[in-house]
Order: sequence, then C-alpha cells, then structure tokens
Amino acid sequence: MIDFAALSPAVQAGVLVGAVLVEAVVLYVGYGALEQVAAPPVIETIKNA
Amino acid sequence: MELFGIGLTLIMLFVGFGFMVGVLFGFFGMGGSFLVTPALLVMGYPARVAVGSGMAFVFGTAVIATLKHHDLGQVDYKLGGLMIVGTSVGIEVGRIGVFYLEELGLASGVIGVTYVLLLGAIGLFVTYNALNSDGEDDSGGGHHEAATEEIDPDDIPDIAKKIQSYRVPPMMTIAGGIQVSLWMILGVAFATGLLSGFLGVGGGFIRMPAMFYLIGVPVPVAVGTDLFEIVFSGGIGAFLYGMEGGVDLSIVAPLLAGSAFGARIGSAATGIVNEGDIKIYFGLMLLGGSIAVAFRQAGDYLGMEVLSTVSFALIMLSALLVSGAVIYSTIKAMRAESKTAATVAE
Repeated sequence: MIDFAALSPAVQAGVLVGAVLVEAVVLYVGYGALEQVAAPPVIETIKNA
Repeated sequence: MELFGIGLTLIMLFVGFGFMVGVLFGFFGMGGSFLVTPALLVMGYPARVAVGSGMAFVFGTAVIATLKHHDLGQVDYKLGGLMIVGTSVGIEVGRIGVFYLEELGLASGVIGVTYVLLLGAIGLFVTYNALNSDGEDDSGGGHHEAATEEIDPDDIPDIAKKIQSYRVPPMMTIAGGIQVSLWMILGVAFATGLLSGFLGVGGGFIRMPAMFYLIGVPVPVAVGTDLFEIVFSGGIGAFLYGMEGGVDLSIVAPLLAGSAFGARIGSAATGIVNEGDIKIYFGLMLLGGSIAVAFRQAGDYLGMEVLSTVSFALIMLSALLVSGAVIYSTIKAMRAESKTAATVAE
C-alpha cells in the first residue's frame, strides 16, 4: 500500500490533478451514455408538453 | 450520515451548486472561479483550500465542457494554442504587478476596486449591446455554426471590423474564415492574461468577450476555445495549489459530479438558444458578480460580516437565476421549434 502522505508534494499534486481528470472523463463518458438513453424521451416530452 | 468525511447534506449542496455552475460554465465558458471560490470562503474554508479546490473544480469542468464543445466543432485549437502562449506571459506580468502592490500595501484595495469596475463595465457594455441589438440577430435558430463555417459579415461587431482592418503581417485565418493579425491575437491574449493574473481569476469573463468583440470570433467558438484554454490554466493552477495542500477532493468531487451534468445541458443549450439571449444573460451575470464583489469588499473594509453574507447570497441568487433562465430559454426555444415544425407540416 502506498502512503499518500509520504509522496513528494509534486507527486501528490500530480495524483490529485490526475484524479480530477479521470473523474471528469468518467463523468463525461457516463453522462454521455445517459444522455443517449434518456435525452430523446425527455426532449420529446418537453416538445409535446 | 457521512460519505468521504463530509455530511450527505453538504455533498448534496455541492452537487446542486455544481449543477448551476456547470450550466453557466457550459453555456458562457466562464463563471467557475468567481462563483465557487467566494462561496467556499464564506462557508469557512481557508483561502488556500477555497482557491485551490476552486481551481481544481474549474479544471475538471473545463475538461468536460471542452470535450462537449469539441464534439460540436466549436473549438479553434490553433487560436487556443496561440492564446495560451500570450495569456501565460500576461499572467506572469500580472503576478509581478500584484507582488509590487503587496510591497506597497495596496494590493487588496486596488485589486478589489479593479475587479468591481471591470466586471461592472463589461457587464454594462454586454447588456447594453444585447438590449440594443435585440431582434437584429434574433435568427431563432440558435447560433451553432461550426468552427469551419463562414460567418455573415453583419454578425461581426464594428469594433472587430475596425481592428481587423489593421493588417499587420503575419495574417492568419481563424474560425469563421476570418483573417486576423497574429499580433492582434497575441496582444489580446497578453492583455487578458495580464488582467487575469492581476485579479487572480481564470479570466473567462474577460477573454470570451475579448475574443468576440476584439478578434471577431463567433460566440460559440469563442466559448469553446476559451474553455480549451481554461483546461491548461486551471490544471496548472490546481497543480501549484495541490503542492501546498490546497486541493480538497471531498469538495471537488461532488461539485464536479453536479457540474458535469449541468455543463452538458449548458453546452447543448448554446446550440439552441439565440445569440441575443446569450449576450444579455452574460451581461446580467457579470453585473450580479460585480455587485457581489463590491459588497464583499465593503464588508471587509467596514468589518461588517453581514455584507459578506449578502455577497454570498447574491452570488448564489445570480447563479440560480441565470442558470434557470438558460434552462427556461432552452425549453422555450425547443417548444417554439416544435410548434413551427408542426405548423409547416399542416
């Protein structure tokens, strides 16, 4: 197990920025998939409301 | 109930606030740092954590929004790359100016007043311009031209036409088939970088209108290219603050989860809502931000905590109203489009 606190500040910062980047890409892909499934019925509902 | 060391209520608050900011960020290409950082400060987080986490959040949101704008063909990478060069130099010069003012003991006051005046002036200009051009660029069909499409000369602001008339070589072609001097692009990037370095903000609220009014880049491409640039400035800022322990993932993660969803809606809305609406919302939001910062400055100066709370409420209200207006206009435009299609079919 790697002790995060024992890493140098630059590596810690790199890991944090990397984690944010990974979360951003995962969210982009995840919400993208959700949009493909959910968007057409939602748009149809808005247009017909 | 706690998750990752913070309460579920706080997580939901961050997700909700992130959603509003995401809608604004995806729609305008700005609004992350000047909304999130003051909110975190008022919530009691240390300045280092508020600024660092704000930057990490802006970085993550910019990544997501840039990917979306890339899919819509609204990022001019050549222009973005040049803007990054000019902006980086400008930011450094701006920081030197801040350190000089700090030595003189004038930094806080000068920066605060500059921030309020600049936000207010741009907000007034954009709102006035949008009100005066109301109906003229009301194409009703959105403004989602791709980066490679030619734009109508009537859509280019007069000031941009005047600036573009100065042809100092080398000239280059940017989005919309516009010919512009390389020195103009670097000059605008340097000036906006200078201001963002001086004010300690991402600078989207300066760069986006500067790209539109001074270079003549179509609004959607200005938004997409600005976001591309923020990926770099936000990433570097988050890294630097992360080295000092200023990035708290328990704040950034839920904010990002909300904003990723909001940014998707905001980015998609730029292809549905007409240009006049975009400009007036942008102007009103800047004016709201200007008033909020003025209250905060006055609160700090007079030692009145209540003014800081009013400032926080104004930021939240402005984010809620403007993001709500974006969603409302999008739904309205979609319904109008649907009705028009039905009428034509009949």
